[in-house]
Amino acid sequence: METLHTLLGPLSFGQGGWGDDLLKGAFLTLQLALCAMTAGLVLGLLLAGAKLSSSRLLRWPASGYTLFVRGVPEFLILLIVFFGSDRLLNWTATSLGLEAGYEVPKFLAAVIGLSLIFAAYACEIFRGAYLAVPTGQIEAGAAIGLTRRQVFLRIRFPQLWRFAIPGLGNLWMVVLKDTSLAAVIALNELLRIAKLGGETEIRPLLFFTAAGVIYLIMTSVSDIGRASLEARARRGVAEV
Amino acid sequence: MYQEFKYLISDSVCAGLSPLSGDLFGKACPRFIDGFLVTIELLVLACGIGFFLAIGLTLARMSGRRPLAWPATALVYVFRGTPLLVQLWIIYFGFGSLGEDILGPILWSFFKNPWLVGLLVLTLNTSAYVSEIFRGGLANVDRGQLEAALSIGMPWLRAMRRIMLPQAIRIAWPAYGNELVLMMKGSALISTITVLDLMGQTRTVFARNFDLTTYLYAAILYLVLAGLITAFVNTIERRMQLSAGR
Amino acid sequence: MKKSTITAGLMALALGTAAQAEDVLRIATEGAYPPFNNVTADGELVGFDVEIAKALCAEMKRECEIVAQDWDGIIPGLVNDKYDAIVASMSITEERQQAIDFTDPYYSNYLSVVAASDTEITQDTLKDASIGAQRSTIGSQWAEDTYGSRADIRLYDTNPAAFSDLKAGRVDTVVVDFLPGAAWVGENDGFGFVGDRIDIEDKIGIGIRKGEADLAAALNAALAAIRANGTYEAISVEYFGVDIF
Repeated sequence: METLHTLLGPLSFGQGGWGDDLLKGAFLTLQLALCAMTAGLVLGLLLAGAKLSSSRLLRWPASGYTLFVRGVPEFLILLIVFFGSDRLLNWTATSLGLEAGYEVPKFLAAVIGLSLIFAAYACEIFRGAYLAVPTGQIEAGAAIGLTRRQVFLRIRFPQLWRFAIPGLGNLWMVVLKDTSLAAVIALNELLRIAKLGGETEIRPLLFFTAAGVIYLIMTSVSDIGRASLEARARRGVAEV
Repeated sequence: MYQEFKYLISDSVCAGLSPLSGDLFGKACPRFIDGFLVTIELLVLACGIGFFLAIGLTLARMSGRRPLAWPATALVYVFRGTPLLVQLWIIYFGFGSLGEDILGPILWSFFKNPWLVGLLVLTLNTSAYVSEIFRGGLANVDRGQLEAALSIGMPWLRAMRRIMLPQAIRIAWPAYGNELVLMMKGSALISTITVLDLMGQTRTVFARNFDLTTYLYAAILYLVLAGLITAFVNTIERRMQLSAGR
Repeated sequence: MKKSTITAGLMALALGTAAQAEDVLRIATEGAYPPFNNVTADGELVGFDVEIAKALCAEMKRECEIVAQDWDGIIPGLVNDKYDAIVASMSITEERQQAIDFTDPYYSNYLSVVAASDTEITQDTLKDASIGAQRSTIGSQWAEDTYGSRADIRLYDTNPAAFSDLKAGRVDTVVVDFLPGAAWVGENDGFGFVGDRIDIEDKIGIGIRKGEADLAAALNAALAAIRANGTYEAISVEYFGVDIF
């Protein structure tokens, strides 16, 4: 028992222990992932709309954007957003004649950075899901006299989620894991707390392993949730 | 020798680019290209070794023998379920902190070297993801073929290797190509364990000039790399289609 | 250390904060550079830099707010007006002067090379050894400029990370400012300096945004005043036993 205490003591809860801090970090990680995912989905939907539109003016920038994001490391994008967002904000402020001195909080910078990344992936998922709706159904809709708008709202859009859910479930796992990159811009999420704890207590192996276990628990729970969501999405659809 | 050869390459590339490149890129050019070569080197090795390791892992997982299947399944599960950055830090800062006294001279000579630790983690990480991709590919190959091969007396391992896996890899190839690009993007994280890959060199340059265009130059180099990988994947894909059509 | 960083993280959740009222002088320090600036277990910023900053504020009769900021982002933060001055043992270099201005120096810095006491490395053979340093410090820049970008220079995000690798034996030497180096060597048996401290004519100043002449003048006047009235020397002796000006 005593050896166990010396072994795991630094991870205890309360005074002098890091257990509660690690959990707080994990909570911030979840918040970050949820915010980034939500913003990423909205942006991704807009991007998919632009990519599927008939206007080149919308299509080309959207394609260029997804190409860029999918070819450049997440880490690099996060650093560009982190160092660039303040500069952009203050430049805008001064050009509008306002006084400079605004800062983008690290959490917000991390959400912006991560959601800009995931938007590109979500865009591809939505686009694939949109195109996955069988053309027969679209033609059938047109045949019974539905307008293009009605076809979109009544036939395509409701089915979009069904086709997109496996991809989006995957994306959520990626988002959850990629929040760890925010540790490098000194946001106190799970991994950064583990780093601080490991350096202070001089037990890096213990702390990083603890962080790893917490990530594993979060991804495992997500995986179960994803499986049941996928099962729901398939409900009432005949297996091919 | 090899190191000097790499330096020679980046010096010649930079000399060639010098009439075109701007002031900032010109000054930092050898650093960028040195880092670019380190990134390529690590990727080629990690993805090369990882490919075969992934095949081994897939076979072990599907072998039906617990002493083989369980460790392989656990390894894939852990490496897919945790962030790459955490894996890197557990192994470099975590295990590395144990020092020579605990790890012994042989293990220590390995853990001492950040480049080798980076290569190890990238290899294990990619093999876990690729193994899952191959498993997905195998699920789409008609199982009857395996049964047919077994029924004519072909050993299971050979049946998998000669009949099932080649088809699975062909089916999974586009997904494998995606994973290669993801691995390239993930490799930037080894800069956090003191390896001077493209990202490490970029951060060092930025730390001195605070010029955001430094990051844009790095982004362009990474995009070039992504383009090269995509071209490679497409070439192989075309060849596989050709040989499949024969 | 931990409590303060966690609160700081939570506070950062609030949306963009505008510049505070003009009368409060916002000063940034790193908080990870003992004995010059670090954070206690209670979350308080302490150290030589912090004491000097407080003394300067008292001398100028201005209210000050001292915040911790990671080293990598400390100059960008100043440029973006997150705070008005950096008192974080920052060397005055030409490169930095392109981005920000400095006050008069408030102490002289020397570099040192730390290694295991039984090492055979000398300053002359340093180029063949692996050299650890914190990224974007005067030490890492000296190593890069002296030995070139292709020497085995390992760059870390913080000084403690570099020292931790030195202790594990993963890097042969660490190039670090002399006084923090001496503090670490004092606490770790079996490690010492390689050769004498290195004079690179390094002066430490307070970083301020370009063009803030009034602030520069006020800080310089206050600095001269605490030099003259003995406040500076008292702080320096308290931390280092000598006047390090």
